[in-house]
Amino acid sequence: MDIRKALPTALACALLGLAVSAQADEPGSQAMAMIKADFKPHGMAGLDRLVEDGVQAVCNRSDNKPPQAIAQRLQQDQLADIKYPADGKLLGDWRAGEKIAQSGNGFTWTDKPGVPAGGNCYNCHQIAPQELSFGSIGPSLYHYGKNFGNKPEVQKYVYDKIYNAKATVLCSTMPRFGHVGALNEQQIKDLVALLLDPASPVNK
Amino acid sequence: MKRILLLCAAGAAVAAFPAVAKDAATAEFEKFRDVLEADNPAELFEMKGEELWKTKRGPNNASLEKCDLGLGPGVVKGAYVQMPRYFADVGKVMDAERRIVYCMVSLQGFKAEDIARQPFSSQTHTPDQTAIVTYVAGQSRNMKFAVPMNRPEMRETYEIGKEIAAFRAGPYDFACNSCHGEDGKRIRMQELSNISTHEGASKSVQGWPGYRMTGGVMLTLQWRMTDCFRQQRFPEPKYLSDTITALITYMSANAQGSLYKGPGIKR
Ligand code: HEC
Ligand code: HEC
Repeated sequence: MDIRKALPTALACALLGLAVSAQADEPGSQAMAMIKADFKPHGMAGLDRLVEDGVQAVCNRSDNKPPQAIAQRLQQDQLADIKYPADGKLLGDWRAGEKIAQSGNGFTWTDKPGVPAGGNCYNCHQIAPQELSFGSIGPSLYHYGKNFGNKPEVQKYVYDKIYNAKATVLCSTMPRFGHVGALNEQQIKDLVALLLDPASPVNK
Repeated sequence: MKRILLLCAAGAAVAAFPAVAKDAATAEFEKFRDVLEADNPAELFEMKGEELWKTKRGPNNASLEKCDLGLGPGVVKGAYVQMPRYFADVGKVMDAERRIVYCMVSLQGFKAEDIARQPFSSQTHTPDQTAIVTYVAGQSRNMKFAVPMNRPEMRETYEIGKEIAAFRAGPYDFACNSCHGEDGKRIRMQELSNISTHEGASKSVQGWPGYRMTGGVMLTLQWRMTDCFRQQRFPEPKYLSDTITALITYMSANAQGSLYKGPGIKR
């Protein structure tokens, strides 16, 4: 495994300048001990999910506000981990993208292994105007391409955001869909098209 | 620089776009709820729970009338809004469901493993403790949350609960706070309460245990916590774990002083 993918917690915390051997009676460590004891694996959700990676550890220890220098360094690692399509094309099919954006499937203990995960995008974002059932944890993406255009840098920004939201906002609430293998390159391209293709309903 | 520009521009775009059709579904549900609450299905479970509380059952052929929910053996009135609490007899903080199951095991002789096997309602089965929790909760209707936070164990549990609510992990990097950490957010059309505030926490513990119209089943706050961990993409919390007691303590203490309207109806 790539070291950058799972910057060990100890190193991450050292970066943060926090003592790794925190007091055992401090609520944070008590919480960790409790969580460690209290879960059981179910379906695809194994106990390994409770182990923080470097980004999670830093965000957890800093109340999601890491010092800028550390955030920048970890963001660079996340950015370096992003894989791009071999042909360099980042714009897929917006129709397929809409389907992926709608689907909330994936990664829960009731999801069947092998069934592709969805993007959950509408859970958090307004996107196409036809869909009125949208969440508000993330910003509205309606008219995204209309507002920002469709140039290669914009395509790359959106591709990167979907692939690994933490590459630009370290403690973003948005999951790292490409990084964790929830969405593949083609699916991410289709989502880029949903947001940027002038023919997409998002930009009408 | 470009990225920063993009982010700033996106912020402006959001501000310019009012949240349309904000709560159509919620408004619809609220209407529905008013009609239903006149004839609250939860009351059926309260009655069933009262019967279960008073009937001699289990290997020990005992009723639960000696069960101490914190206000003395058999005292049910007002007990729900004063839990979680520290129980000196077990040296632990327990929430209502956990304490009731403790009594079913210690007084009636039921086996904890058997109870844990299918702890939450399905279309075909309502666990006894769900009905009993509903009965006990009904006996705190129109009382204010008064969780005994004067105990140091409670304050410690509260702080742990607060930490657990903030703990991000799993494939989606979610914590409770990812969904419940800010005011006025939604997942799709579902409003998310901010569990860190008095107002949000009061909403969060209100109406539990609740009759859920989706599926037509009676569900407890323990169930809600478990299902939120599922949505959080975590593994499954063991039934009646310290982790969930700590979260319920955190939310109930934040809701301190607010009026509990009794078992309710949930969408
Ligand atoms: C759990 C909520 C959540 C989910 C699910 C989610 N996002 Fe986000 N998204 C956010 C948040 C919060 C931000 C703002 C912080 C950031 O930029 O990382 C954001 C930012 C973005 C941005 C950048 C906006 C800008 O102008 O900078 C894009 C593009 C985006 N999301 C696309 C998507 C797509 C496509 C999906 C589905 C694959 C998705 N999001 C799923 C929460 C979410
Ligand atoms: C991925 C998002 C997500 C995460 C993470 C999450 N929840 Fe929830 N939570 C929801 C949704 C969606 C609902 C249902 C809201 C509704 O029915 O209107 C909900 C409902 C609740 C409720 C009931 C609120 C009410 O009004 O009845 C409580 C309490 C709650 N969550 C607490 C938690 C706690 C504690 C955690 C951490 C263990 C957590 N949630 C994690 C999305 C989430």
